[in-house]
Amino acid sequence: MSAVGHDLSHDHGHDHEHHHKDTFITKYIFSIDHKMIAKQYLITGLLMGIIGVGMSLLFRMQIAWPEESFGVFKFFLGEKMAPGGVMKNDAYLALVTIHGTIMVFFVLTAGLSGTFSNLLIPLQIGARDMASGFMNMISYWMFFISTVIMLCSLFVESGPASAGWTIYPPLSALPQAIPGSGTGMTLWLVSMAIFIASSLMGSLNYIVTVINLRTKGMSMTRLPLTIWTFFVTAIIGVVSFPVLLSAALLLIFDRSFGTSFFLSDIFISGEVLHYQGGSPVLFEHLFWFLGHPEVYIVILPAMGIVSEILATNSRKPIFGYRAMIASVLAIAFLSTIVWGHHMFISGMNPFLGSVFTFTTLLIAIPSAVKAFNWITTLWKGNLQLNPGMLFSIGMVSTFITGGLTGIILGDSTLDINVHDTYFVIAHFHLVMGISALYGFFAGVYHWFPKMFGRMLNKNLGYIHFWVTAVCAYGVFFPMHFIGMAGLPRRYYTNTAFPLFDDLADVNVLITVFALVGAAFQLVFIWNFFYSIFYGKKATQNPWRSTTLEWTTPVEHIHGNWPGEIPHVHRWAYDYSKPGHDEDFVPQTVPYKEGEEQLHH
Amino acid sequence: MTSLLVLIVVVLLGIAVWQLTKIFDLTQIGAKKENSEIANDNDNNVNGYLMFGFLVFIYLTTIFCVVKFGDLPLMSNSASEHGADYDNLMWISMILIFIVQTITQGLLHFFAFKYRGKDGNKALYFADNDKLEFIWTIIPVIVLAGLILYGLYAWTNIMFVDEEEDVMYVELYAKQFSWEARYAGQDNSLGKANVRYIEGVNTLGVDLSDPNAQDDKQVSELHLPVGKKIVFKMRSQDVLHSAYMPHFRAQMNCVPGMVTQFAFKPTMTTDEMRNSPDMVEKVARINKIRAKKSAELVAKGQAALDSYTFDYLLLCNKICGASHYNMQMKIVVESEADFKKWLSEKPALGKVIKDAKAAEAPATEAAVPAVKAEAVKVDSTKALAQVK
Repeated sequence: MSAVGHDLSHDHGHDHEHHHKDTFITKYIFSIDHKMIAKQYLITGLLMGIIGVGMSLLFRMQIAWPEESFGVFKFFLGEKMAPGGVMKNDAYLALVTIHGTIMVFFVLTAGLSGTFSNLLIPLQIGARDMASGFMNMISYWMFFISTVIMLCSLFVESGPASAGWTIYPPLSALPQAIPGSGTGMTLWLVSMAIFIASSLMGSLNYIVTVINLRTKGMSMTRLPLTIWTFFVTAIIGVVSFPVLLSAALLLIFDRSFGTSFFLSDIFISGEVLHYQGGSPVLFEHLFWFLGHPEVYIVILPAMGIVSEILATNSRKPIFGYRAMIASVLAIAFLSTIVWGHHMFISGMNPFLGSVFTFTTLLIAIPSAVKAFNWITTLWKGNLQLNPGMLFSIGMVSTFITGGLTGIILGDSTLDINVHDTYFVIAHFHLVMGISALYGFFAGVYHWFPKMFGRMLNKNLGYIHFWVTAVCAYGVFFPMHFIGMAGLPRRYYTNTAFPLFDDLADVNVLITVFALVGAAFQLVFIWNFFYSIFYGKKATQNPWRSTTLEWTTPVEHIHGNWPGEIPHVHRWAYDYSKPGHDEDFVPQTVPYKEGEEQLHH
Repeated sequence: MTSLLVLIVVVLLGIAVWQLTKIFDLTQIGAKKENSEIANDNDNNVNGYLMFGFLVFIYLTTIFCVVKFGDLPLMSNSASEHGADYDNLMWISMILIFIVQTITQGLLHFFAFKYRGKDGNKALYFADNDKLEFIWTIIPVIVLAGLILYGLYAWTNIMFVDEEEDVMYVELYAKQFSWEARYAGQDNSLGKANVRYIEGVNTLGVDLSDPNAQDDKQVSELHLPVGKKIVFKMRSQDVLHSAYMPHFRAQMNCVPGMVTQFAFKPTMTTDEMRNSPDMVEKVARINKIRAKKSAELVAKGQAALDSYTFDYLLLCNKICGASHYNMQMKIVVESEADFKKWLSEKPALGKVIKDAKAAEAPATEAAVPAVKAEAVKVDSTKALAQVK
């Protein structure tokens, strides 16, 4: 047991003395308490989310009303990036790049996984804190530094990184090719290197905590699915993030020290560069070796959260618990051998394309199992349609809609004509963007009482969900059609091609949905910050859930449980079990004589 | 003025939200008040019905999009031989997706509506069923096996070019932000090239000591003979680009430092495509939009837009810099005879470069002969991109 745990096991009873020891700085800033760190991740993630989504609105406006002058452009981008309020083309690419980076890494990786892994792992497995609270704190602060560096890069003279979030060299390596590849790119790489270190520390902590600190009786097959997904996500992160770090380091070498890992035979600005023998395709391999597992790093925690919330609010056990674990493991394994489906037409050997088509389409099987199990969990339930539950159902819906088009993109043949078009944008925004975001919102609505001891306003939650649900479809559903019409992504304007003139209306429609949808996120932001201070006081177990986190007191204390850590006697999904008066049986309740046992 | 408008919109939105919460509040009349932030029967009812409504919304959105945007996707009328197979596979996948989407979304939202919670109801304790799990594992396995087999069959046909076949070699050359093409000439063999040979009019960096290079022809508009298999050899001189020819269902990245390849056989000339019913309709639609826009522009005192005629295009589809959005080349597919005539009018590269040198020589030779010699010298030990 860690020092914190030890300290607290005989600390209970004189709480007031304990408060004296916590200064503002140790409690709110350099906290080593996992619950506080979770809140820090959450709030940082939210702020980054506001910035990331805000950027997407700016470039969506440019796509819908190309080269028109807007006051908001002038206000946010300034005279340099938007002279006279008209967005410049490199500013557009910069926005696209930073939007992707922020959303994928800072919001959906750190904001989602960082928040809920930190909050729930110790609480749901019955531990006083993470295995290393100190490392956990360092992990958060490195994440924080990386976000600060990324934001600083927005203000450098030559502009932020603009080579797309995938930063393919040579574009990302040569400032001659695009100004953003100067100082902006250097800061991007530094920020990402620090972020990867942060993510690794977090992941190692989660793995060690889940393996070592489970309370008595909490066998691996009694863990809530949330913990399974966080655990597997952390493993994927440890396996794949270092590869991105190596790619980033080699790119730094190419950029700064003249090596030729990724560059060869380049003639630019009227001169031949000295690079010889490197290959941009190598970078693509290294990048996607992280990049593809990364989408599962994003979506798996959302899947875990949704599984948990669906079961709790259906008042039913999650259907096919073992199949759910098996599918998570299958997805995790397959996720590391499918990266090539981003590279079917990169110039790699077409035979490899065949292999990656095969492995990629295989991943549809565990995904389908998950979707069917979620749907069956709802069947004959007694659904409590709380906002968290709505977002969970919404997540299943968008995961299906977005996932299905994966069988087109994962098929090397069909990828030829839709690769890098808006079809891809529609696919991945639905399947990992919106789905993961819904998982995030579901988690926030569900565990807000655990985090802040207060409830979120449910009516604002309902409005938030329904408007978001309609707008998400309104934005991304029509996008499939313009993608299949051959419209490439990352085009500053489509007016250079009369061929695409009949897509202009669709783009306006999409942007209007995006603006309305984003505006209604303010409802959530308001609800969130208002409720932290003025929300209704939460009861100890508001959703009448079986898992351990609801056995801790509403008021946060170091070490989580005032007395001994509870022992676990059953799995996490005994909802509506026949033979019990209540429709839920907490994990801490021992089996009755002769009661049927599931999952030892 | 704009900021005032924005402010008004924000205020109105705020009021709208406030009113909406009032509506939800109204549904609460008579509900138990213990902890009103947890869904009660009224909430379950309202949201259950909304779930059903949302299902209708998804179905209607789908129908609306198919009706309104259904003729946008490139799923028929392909202009290449393999395109038919491609479109076929796309249709099969799309129909499959459509069926699965309709069923699963139907079940999901219908269950959410049907089993909306009610005080006193008890859920069914149903945790496992091996048979069900087996069924919905095996069905995707079978369906995907079919898709994978068809997909790989098509992929192999497209990507692996039969060396015996009678093909024509064309080089596509990408640079920020334009395309060029090089025909192999009489010998149907492209001369070696490397960016280190780039000089003056030799913008593709062709190695002129290679005998195969002499009869190569460099152009900036791509012409292709219909019914002949074209093997494109692609190069890039600076950053990644992607040669995207959507009407031919063709795309391949252009990578600095290596030569990539894609091959297809055009089956429809530009004229045939222009006169195909689908395209006539599309062009009419686009011209209607352009006419409307032109009217607006003229009213503002600006020049009107040209009317649009269809042409095949080569687009760049890999982010390559600020003007990525406007990196295009026109493609003309024509009869073999027209193509031969067009190509024969283009001068051979060996001659073009010789002439350029001759024109330049008297002027520069006397002035800086040493520097000139230096510039032409190329390090022959370095690996050159091998262009077949």
